[in-house]
Amino acid sequence: MKNLMIVLLLVMCCGSVQAQELTGVGILEKVDDNLTAENYKAISTMIIKGRRGTRTMQAESWVQGTEKSFTEYLSPPREKGTKMLKLGNELWIYSPETDRTIKIAGHMLRRSMMGSDISYEDYMEDPKLSNIYNVEIIGEEKIIDRNCYVLELTAKEEGLSYHSRKMWVDKERFLPLKEERFAKSGKLLKVYTIEEVFQVEERWYPKRAVFKDALSSGDGTEFIVDSIEFNIEIPDYIFSKASLRK
Amino acid sequence: MLGVKLAYLNLKEAGLRTWLNVAVLSLTFIFIVGYQGLYVGMLKDSSRAMIDEEVAGGQYWHKNYDPYDALTLEDSHGKIPVSLEELINQKKATPILIRQATIYPAGRMQTAQLRGIDPAQTIVTIPLSFLDNNKEELPVLIGTKMAKAKNLHVGDSLIVRWRDTNGTFDAVEGKIVHIMKTQVQTIDSGVLWVPLDRLREMTVMPDEATIVTISQDVSKYESYSGWPFKDQKFLIRDLTEMVKADSVSAKIMYVILLFLGMLAVFDTQILSIFRRRKEIGTLIALGMTRTQVISLFTIEGVFHGVLALVVSAVIGTPLLYLFSLKGMPLPQVTNEYGFALADRIYPVYTAGLVFGTAALVMVIVTIVSFLPTREIAKLKPTEALKGKLA
Repeated sequence: MKNLMIVLLLVMCCGSVQAQELTGVGILEKVDDNLTAENYKAISTMIIKGRRGTRTMQAESWVQGTEKSFTEYLSPPREKGTKMLKLGNELWIYSPETDRTIKIAGHMLRRSMMGSDISYEDYMEDPKLSNIYNVEIIGEEKIIDRNCYVLELTAKEEGLSYHSRKMWVDKERFLPLKEERFAKSGKLLKVYTIEEVFQVEERWYPKRAVFKDALSSGDGTEFIVDSIEFNIEIPDYIFSKASLRK
Repeated sequence: MLGVKLAYLNLKEAGLRTWLNVAVLSLTFIFIVGYQGLYVGMLKDSSRAMIDEEVAGGQYWHKNYDPYDALTLEDSHGKIPVSLEELINQKKATPILIRQATIYPAGRMQTAQLRGIDPAQTIVTIPLSFLDNNKEELPVLIGTKMAKAKNLHVGDSLIVRWRDTNGTFDAVEGKIVHIMKTQVQTIDSGVLWVPLDRLREMTVMPDEATIVTISQDVSKYESYSGWPFKDQKFLIRDLTEMVKADSVSAKIMYVILLFLGMLAVFDTQILSIFRRRKEIGTLIALGMTRTQVISLFTIEGVFHGVLALVVSAVIGTPLLYLFSLKGMPLPQVTNEYGFALADRIYPVYTAGLVFGTAALVMVIVTIVSFLPTREIAKLKPTEALKGKLA
């Protein structure tokens, strides 16, 4: 029994040493590993909390890497059948009401997506943060009773939407429980908080998260992942403009 | 001369019937002059406002700039050609940089357009002296329509967010330093005017512009590669086209009114010929030729027109003068048209308009007076004396 305790203690110490040795880049890569996948299919619910009330939407999404994604809204009836296709830097939206496909570009990308706190630009962003940000560990804090690394991310290159970010990453699960996104001037633009997590296969994933535009009033937009399947086979036709009208 | 005298006496004899025709014709004349004056006034006033506050002597546009396609705005900026820069240094041109932005009035996300302009420029008459560039917060000048739409007041702060030339978000607190009253909607609705240097710095676009507005004093326009020149006529063409399209519908109304006036004259002539067939017979029997009798009746008809013009001058002059002073208020809905329309239109009556309309009325009255009198040519004096028509 005593030997077992020593072994366990050693394992815990080693684990702790390993965690302490983690660099900012290492942590960010682990975050990326949790949040990105070769592909996935998800059904999610988006609750938009505006000043005039709350709207709930459900959507089914297929995502291939960081370049391709296809989303179809399932409810409410008013939005049912609306589809969005992202191919690289281009985004198309199909509206069943008008039976027309429009390309979202220029200033339209700045508009709120379906009235949420997310702009189309946010939706278009490359989610693999370790590719595009330099990272530094600036401290440790507790968020919702979870020990977190506090990371400061600064853009590696010109042209990223957010010049810097501050991220509170769960020390064990490597999920950013809170994230603040800043403008070049240092003004806080967006706040992202994960309120509930769940484990899918070996990775931790946000179950319920709130995305809030820090400059606008309102309580933000809540995302709930109803179901998600990683690394599945997605047929190529899904990511074609033809599928928007199907 | 005898014909004119007889015609005058006959009209006098007709009494109320004459005055009824005169009243209809003069009202038509006054209405046409007044209404057409509104279009002339609107075009004159709106084009003056557009030229003074926006267009000036014309504009050089960046090759990608298309004000009707917001998608082009992202790439509509570039370095100003050196020779055009010289014109700017001579104060004969002013560059304007246009960028898309997002503003948050009262916490609501709205898209807007940031327009950077040199506050010291004198090419367009916008009250830019309020754009004091020495303060930390971004000074913002807006128009009354923008202020009303976003519920903004002088002294209010609002957050402005934009993307720089590389696409990175930036945001700053702006302060409304002045609300200008302008009827030119393209410089008002959704537009935030800020100092050019500041916007160039904010967007990392040094020495760049989207459009370069030229002074009205510049008479010769050179062409610069990548910066096509748009002259005044081109820049106010929407307004002229709108007035043209609108005046077509007004002309249909004129035709209806003229038709009613002419119908009254035509009816009077027909009735006169029928009732005065014995008189016609007597005149022919006394030695008047048919042409002379036709002339007599035609002159009577034309006299309606002449009298209508005299009555129009007496009643219409003070009425139209008063109208030109008071103007006509435009309904609120015209604010949404996107044209440089003032709240009130003041009509302008040109000599061409007044004399042209008078000539038109007279020509039509003459034709309408003459047409029924052709019946007289077919009359036999003996039959006419008996009161019969041939």
